[in-house]
Amino acid sequence: MVKQRAQRGWEWLIERAIQVAGAVAIIFVLMIFVFLLRDALPVFKATTARELLAGKDWLPTAEPPRFGFLPLVLGSLYVTIGALALAMPLGLACAAFISEVAPRWMKEVLKPGVEVLATVPSVVFGFLGLLLVGPWLADVLNLPVGLFAALGSLMLAFMAMPTIVSVSEDAIRSVPAALRENSLALGATQWQTIWRVVLPAARSGIIAGVLLGVGRAIGETMTVLMVTGNAAVIPEGLKGLLRPVRTLTATIAGEMGETVVGSPHYHALFAMGLILFLIAFLTNTIADAAIRRSGRLGR
Amino acid sequence: MSESNTDRPIEQPEGEIKIETRGLNLFYDAFRALTDINVAIPARQITALIGPSGCGKSSFLRCLNRMNDLIDDARVEGDVLLDGGSIYEDDTDVAQLRKRVGMVFQTPNPFPMSIYDNVAYGPRLHGFGGRDSLGEVVEKSLRGAALWDEVKDNLRKSALDLSGGQQQRLSIARVLAVGPDVLLMDEPCSALDPTATFRIEELMLELMERYTIVIVTHNMYQASRVSQHTGFFLLGELIEYGSTVGIFENPKDQRTDDYVRGRFG
Repeated sequence: MVKQRAQRGWEWLIERAIQVAGAVAIIFVLMIFVFLLRDALPVFKATTARELLAGKDWLPTAEPPRFGFLPLVLGSLYVTIGALALAMPLGLACAAFISEVAPRWMKEVLKPGVEVLATVPSVVFGFLGLLLVGPWLADVLNLPVGLFAALGSLMLAFMAMPTIVSVSEDAIRSVPAALRENSLALGATQWQTIWRVVLPAARSGIIAGVLLGVGRAIGETMTVLMVTGNAAVIPEGLKGLLRPVRTLTATIAGEMGETVVGSPHYHALFAMGLILFLIAFLTNTIADAAIRRSGRLGR
Repeated sequence: MSESNTDRPIEQPEGEIKIETRGLNLFYDAFRALTDINVAIPARQITALIGPSGCGKSSFLRCLNRMNDLIDDARVEGDVLLDGGSIYEDDTDVAQLRKRVGMVFQTPNPFPMSIYDNVAYGPRLHGFGGRDSLGEVVEKSLRGAALWDEVKDNLRKSALDLSGGQQQRLSIARVLAVGPDVLLMDEPCSALDPTATFRIEELMLELMERYTIVIVTHNMYQASRVSQHTGFFLLGELIEYGSTVGIFENPKDQRTDDYVRGRFG
């Protein structure tokens, strides 16, 4: 009887502890949002939302200062989308190869190998891009400068790949073997089976992997700060990929230390943080919806 | 052909032969799963393979459409002839072979897509014509599998929402859509309730008019209900093969007799 009561008390304690842990995660997110908002909103004393979002010039120290986010937002988009365009097909192909095609010994080497790539610090990628890849690409492509948007994309692709590969490979591997057998027994080739059955069956895991990769790419600061040239100009067309850009993250990291706390510039940087936060929130929500939608047929 | 096999009670069926195996041996690494199987399977009839678990009947079935190729350590010796031609030539197109020799598995495994897309999967692979003809193929196959009336209004619904029995008939429809001559069925009713089992058995008897069917079954009553020929496997060997009536009413080998009378297995 006593033992039972003690057990029930213990049970209660554990339940509460789990509840608190769950609540803490949500509270953190809310608090980050509140603090960002608190330090971002005063920027509207110095400028308008329209100027902020559509302004073409980022000249925070000019007189009068101009707080146009457009070049920075576009810079972030260029670098991120470029990274995604490289990392997604490559990562998926790599994941499919590891789980479906490679012989066992190769699997055992490749998977940990790719995962090691995820542990390389971002500053190392920046370093490699800055000193090795950038100058070489500038030489080959005949560019004026060795620091440009696509170089950032390339480096970010390397960093996002391990996540995409690892998560998608897990998802692909967990597709029941019976589905593959059924497909092959209908006269499908291995390639047809991978493309038409295995990848669609693993899609929610693949979407999750790609989005985790995007998360890494859009939030990445150090590498892009080092290799994208930091020119706050609006990139134009595809050619913009080969010109220097500056991303939101690089701007915050580069300028936060040099602003006067409480100045409009300071608040503008917080507004950028808010935008990044909202982008991340939006990607997650879209991903969630996508997973749920694709899961409907799969359930 | 080894000496011991020739005096076994293995009958040569009359009429057209669809599949014939010659000295078929199957090894998983060092383990010999099948020993010297020589059997002729008649066209457009149902042949049942019975025997206790692990006797090699499923392994044998998987030799007939080369599904054992997927197992790394599996090795086949001897030969399997389909319509008189070997399916184990170096240049055999395995995908084409499996198109001719369809397989229905023990547990139904619909692809995670709509009913329509499940049935259309095979035809799309093999490049059937325009949209209209694909729709016709899907309808015909679903009718052939006695599923059409139950799903015709919900073709876009996920196949995973169907009941187990419906899913198994969908598996059959999926195979029919590819246009095979032979249907291999590996314990197709073992995951189904009696009503669904009855429907599948009925369906098999209808399909027999056009297809050569080989069914592996645990259920001897099923074998005696649906098949015209029966083979009894034990420990990787074909012990006895002949007309189903003969095997069940007048078995020649003592072990067959013991098995069909339920003394073991």
